[in-house]
Amino acid sequence: MSEPSPALHARSMTELAAGLDAGDFTAVELTEALLARITDLDGQLNALITVTADAALAAAERADVERAGGSPGVLNGLPIIHKDIFCTRGVRTTCGSRMLENFISPYDATVVERLAAAGAVVLGKANMDEFAMGSSNETSYYGPVRNPWNLECTPGGSSGGSSAAVAARFAPAATGTDTGGSIRQPAALTGTVGIKPTYGRVSRYGMIAFASSLDQAGVITRTAEDAARLLGVMAGFDPRDSTSIDEPVPDYVAGIGKSIKGLRVGIVRQHFDAGLDADCATRIREAIAVLESLGATAVEVDLPNLDLSVPTYYVVAPAECSSNLSRFDGVRFGHRAENATDLLDLYCRSRGEGFGDEVKRRIMTGTYVLSAGYYDAYYLKAQQVRHLIADDFKKAFADVDVIAGPTAPSPAFKLGDKVDDPITMYLNDIYTIGANLAGLPGMSVPCGFVDKLPVGLHIVGPHFGEETLLRCAHQYQQQTDWHEAAPEAFR
Amino acid sequence: MSLSKDQVQHIALLARLKLDEDEYAESVAKLSKIVDFVDQLSQADTAGVVPMAHPLDAAQRLRPDAVTESDRRDYYQQNATAVADGLYLVPKVIE
Repeated sequence: MSEPSPALHARSMTELAAGLDAGDFTAVELTEALLARITDLDGQLNALITVTADAALAAAERADVERAGGSPGVLNGLPIIHKDIFCTRGVRTTCGSRMLENFISPYDATVVERLAAAGAVVLGKANMDEFAMGSSNETSYYGPVRNPWNLECTPGGSSGGSSAAVAARFAPAATGTDTGGSIRQPAALTGTVGIKPTYGRVSRYGMIAFASSLDQAGVITRTAEDAARLLGVMAGFDPRDSTSIDEPVPDYVAGIGKSIKGLRVGIVRQHFDAGLDADCATRIREAIAVLESLGATAVEVDLPNLDLSVPTYYVVAPAECSSNLSRFDGVRFGHRAENATDLLDLYCRSRGEGFGDEVKRRIMTGTYVLSAGYYDAYYLKAQQVRHLIADDFKKAFADVDVIAGPTAPSPAFKLGDKVDDPITMYLNDIYTIGANLAGLPGMSVPCGFVDKLPVGLHIVGPHFGEETLLRCAHQYQQQTDWHEAAPEAFR
Repeated sequence: MSLSKDQVQHIALLARLKLDEDEYAESVAKLSKIVDFVDQLSQADTAGVVPMAHPLDAAQRLRPDAVTESDRRDYYQQNATAVADGLYLVPKVIE
């Protein structure tokens, strides 16, 4: 095959689908090209924990046969990377932890199953913060991921391997999960698109649980159009997830072409307070001006309890994590300590050795806020404040269709900069956490650069407002080319 | 509020986590910081506010009480370190 132009790795999923349809290249050729790219370049980034080359080539061969047979799935032959939090049958699923270093999942997550059934080809499993607890990918047992825009910087977290892989053009898309911003913040820090759908929109079955009332699966891509294409496959009711919502899935791709004329965009007064980098604020205002030029109307709104969202989250999420992670007992799966003297010693040492510092810290925080004498003051109080925060959004959405603002308070920070102070690290998620607490869909879209590092525009919608978010982001991307910029070493 | 080492030891035991001696010093300092940080919540006026149970106010869905899964014990046990005769092995509990 002669060198295609533009190179296959530079194309969006939608462009690749058109190339496969036209017979310009086969799924096997595409898969081989991207696997070679990963082999050449991932030494610099550490974005992948596992590369599934043989399985990918086998899936690509099947995709080519299916296409020849005349009934290809909607994602036939299209490459994707899964965050290593999604269980993949027969493939090691580590969740970024030593605890699951040797865990071979006996089943597929629903997200994995649906994407495979549509014909997608999985290239590998992406690095991540351990059990998705982190905002910089530095808590991974498998080492930090580096940002393709600046190798000294973090790609964000916890879906940092996913965001780095998409930014470095290892694949046009990667799955992610978002409990407090873990899809949107890494997307912002790497100049990619990230969408966290409404709570319950995408099945959590087979997605290793961190905080079950906040966790939601989504996707990182380079275009809103690709995100729409993937979300349409991933979303929908799943009887195996008891919190899955039984609502019809709209045709997201059909919806994105419509104009945003008349769309009311909420600008949150509290978003532009002292915590936001001044240059980032300028990029956000410029992005809002673009939306206005497309016919949207900016309306000021208030989220008076914004400052309480991070402390609320750091009670609710650790509480749920302490319960969810109690399943790791060294008995049925996961790391098991050697030569235990008794059952208690087996539990304590298996967990002490298997979990890293941040995970232990969150388990202990959660254990504390749920323990006798503290439950009312912390857990119950946080669930009350959570209601106030959700009500603030409800009030705002009475006046506006979406809320737009910054995804993160600054561009990507240096690896090592915030690792010693958990509170500084936690505050990185101030703009994204509210959507998780209220169960709302949120999306980050690249909107320019500060000091050669990408900045993300955050758009939040009401429950099941994914269609509007995707349309807004797609229309913005028709007017701007930030998403086409590639890091110099990864063009 | 500062946590004491005794408190952290108690929390670690409840959480079934063995920490090394040097991990304790760090845990006491960092957990105290986190507890101070979340103590901001006590300032919020939540009189009469119902604690959130579900972000979409959805009720828990129930399923029929029917067996829908087949026995895959052997397959699942491949991930366990110590099994015998279909059982998971743990250190002796009853003398």
